[in-house]
Amino acid sequence: MIAIDTIDVTVGSRKILHGVSLEAPAGKLTAIIGPNGSGKSTLLKALCRDHAYTGTIFLDGRDIARMSPVEIAGLRAVLPQSSNLPFPFTVREVVAMGLTAGRPGVDPRTRQHLPEEALARVDLAGFGGRFYGELSGGEQQRVQLARVLCQVWEPVVDGVPRYLFLDEPVSSLDIKHQLMIMDVARRFARSGGGVIAVLHDLNLTALYADAITALREGRVVASGRPETVLTDRVLEAVFDVPLRVGMAPRAGKPFVLPQSVDLGEVASVA
Amino acid sequence: MASTMSLPAGDDLARPAGAAGGRPAGDRSHLGRLVVIGLGFALILAMVLSMTTGASGASVVNLLKSWLGLGSADAGAALRDYAVIVNIRMPRMILGVLIGAGLAVSGLLMQGLFRNPLADPGLVGVSSGSALGAVTIIVLGGTALAPFTTMLGIWSLPAAAFGGGLLTTFVLYRVATRGGQTAIATMLLAGIAIGALAGAFSGVLTYISSENQLRDLTFWGMGSLAGATWIKVLAAGPIIFVALAVAGFLAKGLNAMTLGEATASHLGVPVQRFKRITIVAVAAATGASVAVSGGIGFVGIVVPHLLRLVIGPDHRYLLPASALLGATFLLFCDALSRTIVAPAELPIGIVTAAFGGPFFLWILLHRRSAFAW
Repeated sequence: MIAIDTIDVTVGSRKILHGVSLEAPAGKLTAIIGPNGSGKSTLLKALCRDHAYTGTIFLDGRDIARMSPVEIAGLRAVLPQSSNLPFPFTVREVVAMGLTAGRPGVDPRTRQHLPEEALARVDLAGFGGRFYGELSGGEQQRVQLARVLCQVWEPVVDGVPRYLFLDEPVSSLDIKHQLMIMDVARRFARSGGGVIAVLHDLNLTALYADAITALREGRVVASGRPETVLTDRVLEAVFDVPLRVGMAPRAGKPFVLPQSVDLGEVASVA
Repeated sequence: MASTMSLPAGDDLARPAGAAGGRPAGDRSHLGRLVVIGLGFALILAMVLSMTTGASGASVVNLLKSWLGLGSADAGAALRDYAVIVNIRMPRMILGVLIGAGLAVSGLLMQGLFRNPLADPGLVGVSSGSALGAVTIIVLGGTALAPFTTMLGIWSLPAAAFGGGLLTTFVLYRVATRGGQTAIATMLLAGIAIGALAGAFSGVLTYISSENQLRDLTFWGMGSLAGATWIKVLAAGPIIFVALAVAGFLAKGLNAMTLGEATASHLGVPVQRFKRITIVAVAAATGASVAVSGGIGFVGIVVPHLLRLVIGPDHRYLLPASALLGATFLLFCDALSRTIVAPAELPIGIVTAAFGGPFFLWILLHRRSAFAW
């Protein structure tokens, strides 16, 4: 369980987060939504100890401020929004960095092939020998996810759950890969790990999240199961747009929902 | 559906086609290991070359023969060979190895720290800072700074150069890096400014120096291993050796740092402490090298770059390979500098610059295609 207990974050002279609390249990995918500048990424950065904060953040009951970087790296992995590399690493070398830093929790024989398995899981089988810099933005994002997966490959090791923090994991992906990557995240949660994801797409959030926390101007507006957060009232309060949940547009207006996909088929691509 | 989909075991998934020999594609670690071993042998060869070539006709073979009681070398010649080989060539060879390795590794550490393949102590003013420290001791060591020099003895020159290098690296890092990102233009320009400033102070000191000091300064500043003595080995050797040993522990952290500071910390690197250690190691290796050999340029940029082209940027192999190739390269340049215009010799800085300058330009012209940036 990740428990954030009333934290404040001030960047420069501006207070970004005001007394934010959040609980993200293992076994669940917890989504953070909110408009631009609402503090979603700042919250995730505080969670990663990239920002100083006041208040307390607990990882399975332990204050993360008192844990060593190596110890935390064995318990949670973080997917950044974007990464460019100054040196010509191959895709496999980037993914393998997750192995050397983290604690995959697999036997040494499996470990040798883990980068290949992780790449296959993000639909990049056979990309190991390519240079990272030659890939498209979406492919680079998936390589980073493969690296992150290697760091905490087994969602549970010795009975201790591990966590994935994903900052807009599908922001530069096409629809097929959006669904695939969200599926990877959900599988991680279903196998006992915890996932916290900053998401922009409300439909994907509705489809995959077990719990949602909605932020606006650095404060939690609503928190709970998707049915309780994704309501007309909350969405208008959070996004300032009079959205209607579950309403189909007028006949003749095309609309496409990821909910329309048979998820079994997408998963079988992986 | 999801609850039944436990994480698949390895064999459930299609394996990407492996490279030749069953190795996974994109895994260059075997190449890294091979190159490190090969360079180890190359360095041994270069050390032998360094011990056996020179302006005098001293011969290691004759010396060994006379020690073993073989051959009929006369005692006078054996004594002369002993003096040349043990008192001149050997300290020179050891200094060459340490300085070459130190300069190459300093360059590599700077490049990793700044996340920038063009960072080099010589290019961004760290060497100038070290030089200022050294010049200060040469000029003021007998007068204003006499307590310092008496206290530190033979180590006062490398210590001052270390201090100068540390200060400039620290200032450069503060100026050029914002939020963990270093803009290459800011870094190079800040390096030029800091280097010029250090150069100006060195100029003032040179201006007020005495005639004897001026000769020392000129001799020292050209960049040469010619003045190598056992005293210098003792003064600079331990410092460079410790810096190299420390660098050996930084490889995994440097790899993580290439993903950015935040990601490095997420991967378990204690980033602030890591940066401090790296800066101190760079300043120590550069400072000690500059103190005993003056300005030897380009080793720190040519060596890591060349190796990255061959084995890739994984610092676990790049670090030892750079140390070995740096040492080999400097011994090779030193052998050249001693033989090209024998019996006189060129300052080695001229030889490394003759290789390094064109190579650096070549990098600038070709890096886009060669590095897929």
